[in-house]
Amino acid sequence: MSEIGSTPFSAEEIAAEGIKPEEYQEIVNRLGRHPNKAELGMFGVMWSEHCCYKNSRPLLSQFPTTGDRVLVGPGENAGVVDLGNGLRLAFKIESHNHPSAVEPFQGAATGVGGILRDIFTMGARPIAILNSLRFGNLEDARTRRIFQGVVEGISHYGNCIGVPTVGGEIYFDRAYTGNPLVNAMALGLMETDEIVKSGASGIGNPVLYVGSTTGRDGMGGASFASSELTDNSMDDRPAVQVGDPFLEKSLVEACLEAFKTGAVIAAQDMGAAGLTCSTSEMADKGGVGIELDLDKIPAREAGMTPYEYLLSESQERMLFVADKGREQELIDIFHRWGLHAVVAGSVIEEPVVRILFEGNIAAEVTATALADDTPIYKRELLKEPPAYAKEAAKWTPDSLPGCDYQGIDVKGTYKTWKEILLQLLDTPTIASKKWVYSQYDHQVQNNTILLPGGADAAVIRVRPIDAKPEDCNTGVAATTDCNPRYVYLDPYEGAKAAVAEAARNLSCVGAEPIAVTDNLNFGSPEKPVGYWQLANACLGVADGCREMSTPVTGGNVSLYNETVDSQGNPQPIYPTPVIGMVGLVPDISKICGQSWTKEGDVIYLLGNAIATLGASEYLAAIHDTVAGKPPQVDFELEKSVQAVCRHGIREGWIKSAHDLAEGGLSVALAESCIGNNLGATVNIPVADSQRLDELLFGEVAGQIVVSVSTEMVDTWEAYLESNLNNSWLKIGTVDKSQSELNILTNDNLSLINVKIEELVTTWSQAIETRLIL
Amino acid sequence: MKFGVIVFPGSNCDRDISTVTQGILNAPTRMVWHQETDISDLDVVVIPGGFSYGDYLRCGAIAQFSPVMNSIIEHAKQGKYVLGICNGFQVLTEVGLLPGALIRNRGLHFICDRATIKVERNDLIWTKNYQAQQVITLPIAHGEGCYYADEDTLKAIEDGDRVLFRYSSSSGEINSDNNPNGSINNIAGIVNQKGNVLGLMPHPERAADGNIGGTDGLAMFQGLLTALTTA
Repeated sequence: MSEIGSTPFSAEEIAAEGIKPEEYQEIVNRLGRHPNKAELGMFGVMWSEHCCYKNSRPLLSQFPTTGDRVLVGPGENAGVVDLGNGLRLAFKIESHNHPSAVEPFQGAATGVGGILRDIFTMGARPIAILNSLRFGNLEDARTRRIFQGVVEGISHYGNCIGVPTVGGEIYFDRAYTGNPLVNAMALGLMETDEIVKSGASGIGNPVLYVGSTTGRDGMGGASFASSELTDNSMDDRPAVQVGDPFLEKSLVEACLEAFKTGAVIAAQDMGAAGLTCSTSEMADKGGVGIELDLDKIPAREAGMTPYEYLLSESQERMLFVADKGREQELIDIFHRWGLHAVVAGSVIEEPVVRILFEGNIAAEVTATALADDTPIYKRELLKEPPAYAKEAAKWTPDSLPGCDYQGIDVKGTYKTWKEILLQLLDTPTIASKKWVYSQYDHQVQNNTILLPGGADAAVIRVRPIDAKPEDCNTGVAATTDCNPRYVYLDPYEGAKAAVAEAARNLSCVGAEPIAVTDNLNFGSPEKPVGYWQLANACLGVADGCREMSTPVTGGNVSLYNETVDSQGNPQPIYPTPVIGMVGLVPDISKICGQSWTKEGDVIYLLGNAIATLGASEYLAAIHDTVAGKPPQVDFELEKSVQAVCRHGIREGWIKSAHDLAEGGLSVALAESCIGNNLGATVNIPVADSQRLDELLFGEVAGQIVVSVSTEMVDTWEAYLESNLNNSWLKIGTVDKSQSELNILTNDNLSLINVKIEELVTTWSQAIETRLIL
Repeated sequence: MKFGVIVFPGSNCDRDISTVTQGILNAPTRMVWHQETDISDLDVVVIPGGFSYGDYLRCGAIAQFSPVMNSIIEHAKQGKYVLGICNGFQVLTEVGLLPGALIRNRGLHFICDRATIKVERNDLIWTKNYQAQQVITLPIAHGEGCYYADEDTLKAIEDGDRVLFRYSSSSGEINSDNNPNGSINNIAGIVNQKGNVLGLMPHPERAADGNIGGTDGLAMFQGLLTALTTA
């Protein structure tokens, strides 16, 4: 190797830390010597994709990250945006995919715990949680176990800590069978005057360790999260952390109290890579060093080695840099809440992380080598789309059987449009998620304006902790979105569509989209196809966010979402760049849900884009085909449709708004009927030679179904005339309670006629019936 | 007239209560840390929902050993008012101020929903602003809300007309379909013999503000406030 001498580690030991041979050489170069076991472990976790973004960093740099409202962009524990009137919102999304695959309950629970710590570390009180989840098909027994475990884990942690879980999304698809996705997003309202940052400063200042004890749980979780899942992954269950929401609830209160004293200079939560990550990042960001004595750390068990201390991912722990002389004040606060708090080290001038153990130096590494000067891989991008994408793009609706006014032949059996609509509503991806959200406390904190299931986005009142309700009119809307089939078939267009849909969902409740946190869930970037998907999706997110003026303030990257079966065949997930977006609601009394509210209201379709069957739920669920080109976003149309929708809601003209998504126009209409059991009669123009399935179930970007009070119709239509040209249609009226959904052509030929009761029953029972197999 | 809201580590509806009593009704409200022992300034003690001590061991089991608990028992003995909501109800049964126990929901899952509830009587301070037999809608959010009591205890409760709230249909029928958690006799809330201690699983404090849904819970707090300020 080099003049430094031969390595003290075998190739297997190095590989076991997730370090590649060439990376090991880089470590030796940076240290000028071979690392010891503890240092090797530190590099292993800090140089994992999870911590250093070695594959994605060049791609993330193209995201727009600045804007008028952005107070803190990427790089800190969470992004912070200005909501006006002195209200500042911290928010962030994070994945816990691999842990949830092997230990669903704790994996999901600690995912929630981790994202909440990111929020309150900034000095913000968590006010809402959302979850973006992906599972295999519920017909599979293991998927059912994972699904139920994940929901229970989220419920356990979120309910106990007292933060409402208000929204999110769930998809079910074979692509996620062995590798579910669990992305948790949290929102918090800043309570401290200064936003608490993570850069250490002040030579000689004490470093405080607070919260829970350090044990052997979650060892090397970051490295585990940065490799493929195999049949042997169950052996990695010790890499999954165990959470204690009660302890974290006390930690929230104690931390916020501590920050308000002004004695905390910097704070960092211990998530991935625990003590290693928090010490090196705090030191690196502050351009200083940190000396930490492991003998001072409250340990959960005896006999732990430095390697174990440094790589433990025990939950509910934080590291503070305190103002020298005021440490006792802080320690007292934590003791009052029954939490550990000890001075475990200090800020030093030399920019290194120095770890002491039993009186000796157990590890000493330059902070930048761990946290900043990390490997970066710029990979070769495929010059043209891979074979699967090219093949899928060739698909046209001509390969489907012809259809008539009643229905279509599906694999030899004739099905009516009504049967197909009901089948789509019975698809778990589209069906009611009440089985899930009724297990989440979505009302605690008394600020939930729109309950889950009733609107396209969640809306929370933004109320400082002791403020009177009557003084609080501002709201925040939040959503998570990504149709992964679109992204799989066309990563660039699919990612743009995810951004547009997130913004559209916010606009449908009357909120102005303001900023994004993204969670990039992909397969291995080391494979050409995987990297092609990642690179194109990142470009799509960047372009989409630029178009919608929603800068990215941070997020999370989860790669290597692949399962390798016993035969060694890798199965990557669908590329899934989840867009978490927040929007501003200036007046919480001017919002709306997705369901019709009154008989007689007039129904309009905003946006005149042409729907396509490519990449649609109809094509996948009914014809078992994943192919075609996904809908393309026309951003000009998208922006004007959304602006018109928001304006109509704020003026009080619009009583309900729901965007067209999976299942197209028919499913959107059905869902608007379901919430309040109100029927509707709708006439749709059929263009020459247009397929009826395209009309009924085709998917599209930039279309919203709204209902408007009869007395507002003239004003509303005049407004539409001048603001949306010809891009809108009056399509029908809301009918009485418990009646029917009637979808007809403009010539009054009936396409679908179905009782609301039938829609409700099918839609509301789909998930539960699959769980009682 | 003063409300006191007990704060255990793990309480998470404590501020939701004060938002209603102080934030909406402008009634003086003091947050009471679980280690305090002097609560003589309080008229109504509220034990809020949440997960006191993480529900370790059993819901409410550890909270009963908190220093403030003896003062609450004394407060109740003096005939002053104690209201336990959700986890607070569980604490009251653990400490013996109310009979019976709250066990795992029939469906074994946590339930967050809105339930229709019948007010059985309105001659107590808690419900004087409701009609007897009125059906109201209140949010519920619990994993262990299935009320249970042995036969003798149950008979004593029923004979003493101590069931204040029952899960019911929207028209007031008491049946299994409208029993979200499997509670015996559809019991959602009971009082002690004297009627000055109330425990209930539903959250009246979550239904006291028109901006976030219903207001069916406000009458309970209003009733208390009027009765105690005019007394």
